[in-house]
Amino acid sequence: MFKKFQPSTDVAGQTPVKSSVQRGIRSTILSLWNIDAETLEEIWPKKESIVNVKCRDHLSIYALHGEPLFFQHFDGPYFPTLRLLHKYPFILPHVRIDRGAIRFLLAGAHMMCPGLTSAGGWLPPADAALPTGTPVAFEAEGKEFIVGIGITKLGTEEMKTVNKGVAVESITYVGDDLWAIQKL
Amino acid sequence: MADITTFTQIEKRATPPVQMFYCSVCTFPPEYCEFGNSLSKCKEWLQTQRPDLYEKFYSEEALKAKLGTISQEAQSKLEEDTAKKEAKAEAKADAARKKKLASQVVIKRIERNKRKFVTSIRGLEAFGVDLKKAAKLFAQRFATGGSVTKNAAGIDEIVVQGDVSQEIYDMIAEANEGGGEDGKGGKKGVDILKGVLIDNVDIVEEKRKKDSEQ
Repeated sequence: MFKKFQPSTDVAGQTPVKSSVQRGIRSTILSLWNIDAETLEEIWPKKESIVNVKCRDHLSIYALHGEPLFFQHFDGPYFPTLRLLHKYPFILPHVRIDRGAIRFLLAGAHMMCPGLTSAGGWLPPADAALPTGTPVAFEAEGKEFIVGIGITKLGTEEMKTVNKGVAVESITYVGDDLWAIQKL
Repeated sequence: MADITTFTQIEKRATPPVQMFYCSVCTFPPEYCEFGNSLSKCKEWLQTQRPDLYEKFYSEEALKAKLGTISQEAQSKLEEDTAKKEAKAEAKADAARKKKLASQVVIKRIERNKRKFVTSIRGLEAFGVDLKKAAKLFAQRFATGGSVTKNAAGIDEIVVQGDVSQEIYDMIAEANEGGGEDGKGGKKGVDILKGVLIDNVDIVEEKRKKDSEQ
């Protein structure tokens, strides 16, 4: 999604978000992410008002003091930015890709099933299976930090049985154009 | 009272953020430098900045352990790719630098009405100057109107009222005094104009044809 993204051409405008809408976003995030209210308060204090940076293709980036915190496509789920996720890695469920897949992810490719089901990869066990359309964080084999964020196209149990084709669509990854933006 | 208790709870429960350490060459977390396009520079930088991490990522055992499940063949392919990418990125940066050296800034004096002039400045954006800010700076400095407009060719240029071409030339010179490629030095206040190569700045004059015939 952010393979090509230039603030000069792709940003349509910035608007402050209404406080009632902010309340809605806050509660959605609390139910969507694995985060407690106190930690969210740390990231985004109640008193501070966030700014909606509207971009092309119905993409909204929400920024606090110019620093992008999370974004949303259409009415889809909210995704944290990678930098935020690096600070709070627990807010999204993790999947691990094997070493061979890293360079494809960093070139912007979607992640295929074998990259997750092979020996280097990791998927949550059956009792913690993730359904389709869940935002997930990509860990990488032998690495400590999260390398990207994606959204599942198959349930994790399905991935194990099908083992073919796109498993997780990549949304943002280290080194894409969103990563390059530190201030909006 | 209730407020105080909730406040202390927050203090206790909010999870502190992980302190991240990023490579200042490629901005990746250092363990991902190997997938970037400036590995050798990153390596050098990490060795001076954080020898402990360098040891962790690039020592012999680390390299061996890294192979993990990947085959020898795939690994060598990866290394080849990295080297290629690096060369490509360098070539690109080189081309960008050359282009910068070749690009021209034109300060044009345009006769508007007999003895009234406007000054247009074109080509500043090639040197990474923020046109809006520069226009504002000129407008403030000369106490006249200064704006960014699209010219006939659809390229942004700065138009300042009055004949200030020499002054603008001096300002650009002043901003880049004593500074080399990196644009260090120079005076405060005009640092928006930093990085422009003064040798590439031209002053030209344009008269309206009709007027010159008279």
